[in-house]
Amino acid sequence: MSSNASGSPASAPARRRLPRRRARGSSLDPHETRRALLLVAPAVAVLALVIGYPVVRAVWMSFQADQHLDANGTFVQGGFAGLDNYKHWLLQRCGDVACPPGSTGSSFWEVVGITLFFTVVTVSIELVLGFWFAVIMNGKFRGRGLVRAAVLIPWAIPTAVTAKLWYFIFSYDGIANHLFGAHVVWFGDKWAARSAIIVSDVWKTTPFMALLILAGLQLISDDVYEAAKVDGASAWQRFWSITVPLVKPAVVVALLFRTLDVLRMYDLPAIMTGGGAGDGNDTTTLSILVINEIRNGFNSAAALSTLTFLLVFGVAFLFIKFLGASATGAEPKAKR
Amino acid sequence: MRHARIAASIAALSTIALPLSACGGGNGSTSNDAFAAHLKDRGPITYVQGKVNDNATHAIIDQWNKLHPDEKVTLKEQTDEADQQHDDLVRNFDAKNPEYDVVSVDLVWTSEFAAKGYLQPLKGDMAIDTDGLLDSAVEGAQYNGVQYAAPQTSDGGMLYYRSDLVKTPPKTWKELFDDCAIARKAHIDCYAGQFNKYEGLTVNASEAINGAGGAIMAEDGKTPTVDSPEAAKGLQVLVDGFKSGDIPKSAITYSEEEGRTAFESGKLLFLRNWPYVYGLAASEASSKVKGKFDVAPLPGLDGVGASTLGGHNAAISAYSDHKATAIDFLKFLESADIQKEYMEKGSLAPIRAEVYKDPALVKKYPYLPTLLTSIENAVPRPRTPFYPAVTKAIQDNAYAALKGDKTAAEAVKDMAAAIKAASGQ
Repeated sequence: MSSNASGSPASAPARRRLPRRRARGSSLDPHETRRALLLVAPAVAVLALVIGYPVVRAVWMSFQADQHLDANGTFVQGGFAGLDNYKHWLLQRCGDVACPPGSTGSSFWEVVGITLFFTVVTVSIELVLGFWFAVIMNGKFRGRGLVRAAVLIPWAIPTAVTAKLWYFIFSYDGIANHLFGAHVVWFGDKWAARSAIIVSDVWKTTPFMALLILAGLQLISDDVYEAAKVDGASAWQRFWSITVPLVKPAVVVALLFRTLDVLRMYDLPAIMTGGGAGDGNDTTTLSILVINEIRNGFNSAAALSTLTFLLVFGVAFLFIKFLGASATGAEPKAKR
Repeated sequence: MRHARIAASIAALSTIALPLSACGGGNGSTSNDAFAAHLKDRGPITYVQGKVNDNATHAIIDQWNKLHPDEKVTLKEQTDEADQQHDDLVRNFDAKNPEYDVVSVDLVWTSEFAAKGYLQPLKGDMAIDTDGLLDSAVEGAQYNGVQYAAPQTSDGGMLYYRSDLVKTPPKTWKELFDDCAIARKAHIDCYAGQFNKYEGLTVNASEAINGAGGAIMAEDGKTPTVDSPEAAKGLQVLVDGFKSGDIPKSAITYSEEEGRTAFESGKLLFLRNWPYVYGLAASEASSKVKGKFDVAPLPGLDGVGASTLGGHNAAISAYSDHKATAIDFLKFLESADIQKEYMEKGSLAPIRAEVYKDPALVKKYPYLPTLLTSIENAVPRPRTPFYPAVTKAIQDNAYAALKGDKTAAEAVKDMAAAIKAASGQ
């Protein structure tokens, strides 16, 4: 993660240079292309080995059945299962019947909903707060460096520690209840538990969002604002017509990273609630479900992790396609 | 450029798939050939157990090594986290690692490991003498009627009560909830156990169900028997407790430690917990109930209830090269002297009834007679190779019932269905 934070500001100048070069010549000459491929090849080979292999293996496993008991009560291999594991999750079928309450299969769609809910809510709140923080930190005031460093602290604390911290704050005898004079069983109630997790996640990752956006803001030259001022643009107009469009690439990258992170979120809800609360699974995310399922069978868990992978991949694809996010930062903006 | 973009996305995403494939290949193939090998071989062996946090284990191994200089036992410590111990054992068994000769196995893993062919069946030359051992502990080391391990240490739940407020401890649930008037007068909460949605809830729900004459699973480890009026009646006791407020609503988030803290700070009249609480509540500086509490067997519907059995079994790996030494070491662990040492130095509940009656020990640990009653009436948790799914089936549905989302009768019905689905039927 730390590489993301430092990668974006450094790559932003490159983005501004590239359009000009692209405008002059249509494409690179063939020699340069071949050399580029040669240079990239080792990295691609390593990626294929350490990333491609596990993904392919997980997909292969997802088409195998989990082992089951024979008549003597001994486990035997499951063999080829076709799409059974996927049917188990997507159609919530356990054998010939609908998965009964209390089996992992029965909660699949609920868990997908919970994961998407966490994603939409936390990322929206973080975007608004992060933008606000960034605008403040972009101003000139005394002690700006200190504020920028201090704001990073929640993000620098390991997630497991953050989770334990908020777990104590929201415990029944904890600070939250004392502060509001309330008697809320935070981790026993559906919405209370979800709110607690959202608050913790927002507290932890807003700084990350703020710094990425701040990096974008810093690239906007003061001259642009001054020119707009001379032309008589109001503060609001300057914000909407200059700040927002120019900072958009940075915002989209920040959104992409955060969205992918929340879609895979495991640690916060796992440590704070164990995935429980409400009906017992109301804070279970997809990653928690995958880990729980590993105990029941590797192959059905592989199918679930493949589905999770597809969901996350799909969201990332949509981001890149429609919002023009570029994870590498070196992508030229075609328009403008 | 587009390819680079896609590759970068894959890089960002594939972290999901990594942890899974890292522990993939859990293929527990059967190993019946291994059962016949090395039965008569002797030599040094390795004993594997979770992190040693008692003063008994090292002393016991030293004692063995002094007696058997040619067949020394080496201790291999795992982490202190149960799930990680389980996964470490599975990995080493899968690799047929001969260096894991004798392993300490949590009661609830015994069936899974037996069904996967990891554990040497203790029959024929390898049989152990179960005379004088507690029946429930012996039963807890069996799968499908075969002894796969030797009971090593035991554990049982007890009812802690405030002896300064309650003169005679309740024997039944009705008596217990009648005593809640005392708690209301003293402005404290009445009863709590472990009701958070985790293993502790399985323990507490099983106790309620077994104590009312219900049973969760049949002997075969795959047929549910929990859908019965008795089981529903047992679970209903806890449901009613939550509804009336005699069990405080915050208890839905209690695990062992939260309940202990509440009891030690004087906010609870009755607490169901394990024996480890006794020493702490009697000695800790922060405890406000020193000298003001005692223990009793858990209540049932019409008499002493059924505790859920805890503890560990010692088992021999099917891949051990020195099984003759291993079985001798198992017998050594079960001997009365060693069992006494487990209790004396480690506060680990013995598996021999005679040790509980040792006058010197009873003087030092006054709860021993109560604990013996508890363990004698104890029922092991479902002995099934599908334990993780079965415990989830119990937890999810018991939790929903305690929260009032479904009735106790619906809960046991769903439990049975989920257990059935879990065992692949």
